[in-house]
Amino acid sequence: MTAIAVEGLTKRYGAKVAVDDVSFTVAEGEIFGLLGRNGAGKSTTVDCLAGLRVPDQGRIRVAGLDPRRDRQRLRHVLGVQLQESQLPDKLTVAEAMRLYASFYRHPEDTERLLAQLDLTEKRNTRYRKLSGGQKQRLSVALALIGRPRVAILDELTTGLDPVARRDTWQLVDDIRNQGVTIMLITHFMEEAERLCDRVAIMHDGRVAALGTPAALGRPTLEDAFVALTSWRKP
Amino acid sequence: MKMLTLTEARLLAREPLALFWGLAFPMALLAVMGVSAGRVDGVSLVTIYEPIVIAFVSVVFGIQGLPVQVAAYRERRILRRLATTPAGPARVVGAQLIVSLIVVLAATAGVLAVGRLGFGVPLPRQPVGFALVVVLAATATLALGLLIGALAPTARSAGAAGTVLFFPLMYFAGLWTPQMSETTRHIGQYTPLGAAAQALRDSMAGGWPHPAAIAVLGGCTLACAAAATRFFRWD
Repeated sequence: MTAIAVEGLTKRYGAKVAVDDVSFTVAEGEIFGLLGRNGAGKSTTVDCLAGLRVPDQGRIRVAGLDPRRDRQRLRHVLGVQLQESQLPDKLTVAEAMRLYASFYRHPEDTERLLAQLDLTEKRNTRYRKLSGGQKQRLSVALALIGRPRVAILDELTTGLDPVARRDTWQLVDDIRNQGVTIMLITHFMEEAERLCDRVAIMHDGRVAALGTPAALGRPTLEDAFVALTSWRKP
Repeated sequence: MKMLTLTEARLLAREPLALFWGLAFPMALLAVMGVSAGRVDGVSLVTIYEPIVIAFVSVVFGIQGLPVQVAAYRERRILRRLATTPAGPARVVGAQLIVSLIVVLAATAGVLAVGRLGFGVPLPRQPVGFALVVVLAATATLALGLLIGALAPTARSAGAAGTVLFFPLMYFAGLWTPQMSETTRHIGQYTPLGAAAQALRDSMAGGWPHPAAIAVLGGCTLACAAAATRFFRWD
């Protein structure tokens, strides 16, 4: 089964082509990595998948749904962790969880999810007082609270210390083992090598390479990434 | 929606500064006028100021509170995040409007209570007309606040715009010069807060608010709400 199908996705901002004829598919239960430098078109692709932006061309299906036409149904089956998205400073962890749980028909048990993300002790702490890693874990928890079939995690581990990053990797693996398809947007090649079944490397709005990290990475994924993305268009 | 509204109410309850300016300060201001026992042309200061203070409450929540909230939610990408949930971003803005309206009504009741119990100012003699004007003044300022929140790119600029607008709006309500010249009063009738203060004064004294005042407040509500809807940026 295909969890995400993107075909010929194109998005322009004025004269600038942000995403240029991008195609890929993600199988159900897969962890798929979307890599690329800043401005490569990753976030625009994510926005189109989540129904936040309208593509100029192309066809997208997420869990069999069209992000524009079936927007409301998609919101029930797609969990999104957005880059730099915050919460009100004075909202506590448990309040945020209860609020987001109220949006969904069959939410996950908030206490269980808090325990899984090691946030139980912080349940009455206000958002402002959380550390970077705790904020990040909370945003993952909120992305999962609606029991999504597909989760998009955008720069999940940016700003985390090495230990917190490893814990988060374990978490992503656990989530996948619960049957959730995951699309991971990351800058860390080690993370992609470790977690992703397949990766797409984007450059200048196009898919420059697509395959398993082992097949792409010679000698390492990072070398392959640098080779593919360091050239400039003439 | 219920959960969002409760959450917004809880968050407001955690903002001591907003509650001070919107709830405590208006009552304290009226009490100061009452204690000073001043009179202008035979009318006590507290009677003159009560409608002005009630208009002030709407401005605090509508023009100063709401735009900053809305712009901050956009700036912090909270609206964008909500757009990916089944709730959508519009409902949280709706929740903020509901909470603001309820607090404006509560603060108005508080001001009336201070005037009545503290200084013997009679309750509005035309209660239906008075209630109508209070609600319309609140919707007019909230709609204007929503428009500021829709256009301001950041919470800071929304706050600045609210503060800049505060002075002319409250000037025509008579906050600084309750006894206005004929010309000023004439111009003021066509501003939302000038119209609100005059209509509140009329209905407190027992008359129906002037239709022109109702038209100004209703028109401001509709025009600003329409413009805010048209120009609202979710991210």
